[in-house]
Amino acid sequence: MSRTTIAVASGKGGTGKTTLSVALALALAKRGEKVRLIDADAEEPNDHLFLDIEPQDPQEVTIPVPFVDEDRCKGHGRCREVCRFNAIAIMDSKPLIFPELCHGCGACSLACPEKAIEEKPKVVGWLETAETRGVDFIQGRLKIGEPMVVPVIAALREREADEGWTIIDAPPGTSCPVIESSKGTDHLFLVTEPTPFGLNDLELAVGMARALGLTFSVIVNRAGLGERGVYEFCEREGIEIVLEIPFDKHIAATYARGGTLLDADEAWEAKLVELAHNTAKEVRP
Amino acid sequence: MKQLLVLSGKGGTGKTSVVASLARLAKNAAFVDADVDAADLHLLLHPKVQHREDFYSGFVAKIDPERCVECGTCRDLCRYDAINESFEVDSFSCEGCGLCEWNCPEEAISLEENLSGQWFISETANGPMVHAKLGIAADNSGKLVSLIREKSREVAEKEGKDLILIDGSPGLGCPVIASVSGVDMALLIAEPTPSGLHDLERLLELLHHFQVPAFVVVNKADLDDTMAEKIEVRCAEKGVKSLGRIPFDAAVVKALVAGEVLVDYSAGAAALAVKKIWDRLKLELNLLEN
Repeated sequence: MSRTTIAVASGKGGTGKTTLSVALALALAKRGEKVRLIDADAEEPNDHLFLDIEPQDPQEVTIPVPFVDEDRCKGHGRCREVCRFNAIAIMDSKPLIFPELCHGCGACSLACPEKAIEEKPKVVGWLETAETRGVDFIQGRLKIGEPMVVPVIAALREREADEGWTIIDAPPGTSCPVIESSKGTDHLFLVTEPTPFGLNDLELAVGMARALGLTFSVIVNRAGLGERGVYEFCEREGIEIVLEIPFDKHIAATYARGGTLLDADEAWEAKLVELAHNTAKEVRP
Repeated sequence: MKQLLVLSGKGGTGKTSVVASLARLAKNAAFVDADVDAADLHLLLHPKVQHREDFYSGFVAKIDPERCVECGTCRDLCRYDAINESFEVDSFSCEGCGLCEWNCPEEAISLEENLSGQWFISETANGPMVHAKLGIAADNSGKLVSLIREKSREVAEKEGKDLILIDGSPGLGCPVIASVSGVDMALLIAEPTPSGLHDLERLLELLHHFQVPAFVVVNKADLDDTMAEKIEVRCAEKGVKSLGRIPFDAAVVKALVAGEVLVDYSAGAAALAVKKIWDRLKLELNLLEN
């Protein structure tokens, strides 16, 4: 059996990444296909709300941060010299560590001539899992107050399925967390809405997708809501719009109740399965 | 001088539309678009750029193929898998830590400064605005947020403004944490949906962690009055007072599509609600000159 990894991203927040990701995973699972859904928006993971599950078994995600053995430290200050993240200061000829600035690169412990620095794991978040309606689900959850979400997403990316589908619901934006969620995937869906904000942020997301060398296509949510800018942009750039989800009160009301696209209208199941299969065909003709 | 930060946790709840309207209503304020990752405020406030500067942040390793003997030391040391089997650096994975540079026995690796974007000081019809554009697929958005906030304080002080109004980014990670430090008050824009409530709960925890006081406004509140109330109750439990609700109003999207600010475009229910919220904010923040 082949494997296909699809990431769902958008520049702008609130365009419908979660709506699409959850519905896509449920639709494929309903047809008996093997699906792993990864919620990579570890800052604000929402997929579980629409799957109506409480993810379990939190597994810690850690990064190594330095601890100084004060008896060994002779105050050379070499650790501060090599740290490029300003995570080490020297106070009274002893190093003072700011763990929230540490990127866990290991330079300080390697550089210390006295071997006075030991790295210990610091928890930055958790991976949690659940299984529902044939969907094998895993989410990242950033520890509140931790600035760095990338290690959590990197840990999620190691949990892609060996066979079948992996759907990755990425965080909003276009910088490091989104790059970590989408790099190396087989295809990227960029979800947008037909408004000036949607267009502006789609342009940024397309720039990111191209810089990463990813094949991608666009999905317009709340179609009919606004204007033509998004469509004109896609036509000009030769970008395919593979799906439109209409601006529809019934869909919005279903979402507001925690329901999915499939709950709003069963017809979405066939549309989404077809979309997934067409995408996979493009990946492996 | 007060700093008011608008946040939401969840994306797309209406932060930028609200900020643009508040900017119109403010009489003595400076503005910051701290959502440097996907900045949109300029689409409504139409700033005229007065000053622009490149933003350099961090480093990326570069291997000189002439000197490299492919010994593999750098690949063994790199914790970000940023160096491939052909000894090329993947700039998206490289964190710029420099470990490879000073450990390369051939001195074949150098670190280059990363041009990650641009930032601007601009004029709008209602006051100065400091904003930025992060480069395509660039990182270090938190650092850029800290930088433009510092610049906004300089500008606001110079021009005697008594308020800095900051449009924040979604999420809870590094750009949000960089935007939270040192603000006087956060204004939370929530939407009455299960995701809206869930994301707001996490945001409340973050604000508690950093001891930032906040107000809440439920946007599109009448889409689900019960959920709106639930959000307000949860907030009240955390000491976060509601400043009012904004009803669903088609004028909000119409204004956006027209590239206009809601309170200019419409005198309807949503615009009216935002005006009331601004009046309450002025009282709460004691903004005498606004």
